[in-house]
Amino acid sequence: MSARRALVPAVARHVVLLCGGVLVLMPFIWMIVTSLKPPEEIFLDEIRWWPERLYAVENYSAAFSSAPLAHFLLNGVIVTVSIFVLQVLIALPAAYALAKIRFYGRQVVFGLVLLCILIPPHAIAVPLFLLFYQIGILNSYAALVVPFIISVFGIFLMRQFFMSVPDDLVDAARMDGLSELAIVWRVMLPTAIPAVTAFGIFSVVAHWNDYFWPLIVLNDLDYYTPPLGVVAFRNQEAGTDYGPLMAAATVIIAPLIIAFLIAQRRFIEGITFTGLK
Amino acid sequence: MVELVLPLRRSAAVTGSRLRQSRARRRSIVAYALSTPALALMLLLLIGPVITVVIMSLTDYQLGAKSFAFIGADNYVEMFDDRVFWKSLTNTLIYVAIVVPGSLLLGLGVALLIEAGTGLRAFYRAVYFVPVMATLIAMAISWEFMLHPEFGLINLTLEALGIPGENWLSDGDTVLPVLAVIGIWQLFGFNMVLFLAGLVSIPRQLYEAAAMDGAASAWSRFRLVTWPQLGPVTLFVVVISGIRSFQVFDTVHVLSKGGPNKASEVLLYTMYAEGFEFFRSGYAAAVAVVFLVFVLLLTLVKTWAVERQVHYQ
Repeated sequence: MSARRALVPAVARHVVLLCGGVLVLMPFIWMIVTSLKPPEEIFLDEIRWWPERLYAVENYSAAFSSAPLAHFLLNGVIVTVSIFVLQVLIALPAAYALAKIRFYGRQVVFGLVLLCILIPPHAIAVPLFLLFYQIGILNSYAALVVPFIISVFGIFLMRQFFMSVPDDLVDAARMDGLSELAIVWRVMLPTAIPAVTAFGIFSVVAHWNDYFWPLIVLNDLDYYTPPLGVVAFRNQEAGTDYGPLMAAATVIIAPLIIAFLIAQRRFIEGITFTGLK
Repeated sequence: MVELVLPLRRSAAVTGSRLRQSRARRRSIVAYALSTPALALMLLLLIGPVITVVIMSLTDYQLGAKSFAFIGADNYVEMFDDRVFWKSLTNTLIYVAIVVPGSLLLGLGVALLIEAGTGLRAFYRAVYFVPVMATLIAMAISWEFMLHPEFGLINLTLEALGIPGENWLSDGDTVLPVLAVIGIWQLFGFNMVLFLAGLVSIPRQLYEAAAMDGAASAWSRFRLVTWPQLGPVTLFVVVISGIRSFQVFDTVHVLSKGGPNKASEVLLYTMYAEGFEFFRSGYAAAVAVVFLVFVLLLTLVKTWAVERQVHYQ
């Protein structure tokens, strides 16, 4: 009796969550199904869940041949990796100094970090654009990377993490004759791998998906990142060729989705608990 | 004088050793060296541009112009006289007013359902989180096809149910709500994770105590324990969703270009169009300042909410 009473809500929970899940995933499902269809099955006035004639090879090879999709993906990798590496190179030493060295003006520097966290990147796009225009680096990898190499949020996050590292560890390293810079990379970085990973996931996801800034500084197809690339592809096809377009969109979201499925717990932690800024 | 004497006396009392003192001094030079790159870039790429955007909003600068003049508050006067600006601000606030409660209620509802049982928790959490991290631009293109008036999945489904379809993105009455639905779809998984974390931290004894006091139904347990305990998280979710949805741009730029007839014009889109299509940098800077003020206000509320949350725990 009581077992049966407990069963009904449990089943209802799964039914609601599964139906909701299908609805939430529908844009992905429909995108992938469309990317497998030939044109005559895309323009139908009925819903067809699976193509009668599989057209995957044609659509995906069209996506890769009629637009430099592989090149866009490569740009995405170059830009996101450069941003992340430079962010760490710049933020970690500063975070270490703020957390573990007493120096005159430390409070001021930390205050500036907290102040800068408040600045939304969209709000400073106009002056940054003019700066890049003046020094002539619009339309380049530098234009895509430079505005983001300073991550005040990264400094804040790593500083908080370093505060929890025992001073003894740092003192022991100093006794061993390590320079302060060596301590940053050989003592602090290894202890901070979980925090750096979370920050890395947050950073890569944010910049792989970014559309606003690349849109502003680029008009040369050579430097297009994946989001700009798929929009350019859509504008060029002018809404006639949905199969290859959906194939291109699928390819562009695939790297993050696959990484997410492999390490979903880390992703969720990385994006939510560092994305709180 | 006092300031100079005190640190000296203190350090002398604490260390008493000149060697250690010089080592500390050397270390503080290293500290400057370690933080200088970050500090210089902060000034160049964040603080400098913020100051510049405020100053620029007081000029008539246009990209490529040889000179510019300070025109006081003329940009702001023009902006406040402009019907498009008010339309844009109103649309942004309407968008926020739909997305914040929508993504909050859905996020809370899904979190409660996931927490209500033990089976497949990680699976459901992952499923509902996928839209948060998938490239929004690519998904906007998929949404566009689903919203296609003739061959789109949504209209085909509606017609199968006997409901006439819509031309969702070309109709001034539907375009903004449709964009808001996409915004909710993208955001609520994020709120769900925050609520899940909040639910886990509610002490079990509170439910037992409530049950003893006669709170038998699920609704009364929710009303008496869960909802008040989630108060700080909820406040946090409201502000964070507010900040995020206030920055809506991607879907507008790809799906509607602010149209039809400015029906989906939002603040960032206005700034983008003025600054990077018409190159009226001064005027775009004034729009950016308005945007900045709104986001800063919301951020201050968030800081307050975080402090309150810490206080609660």
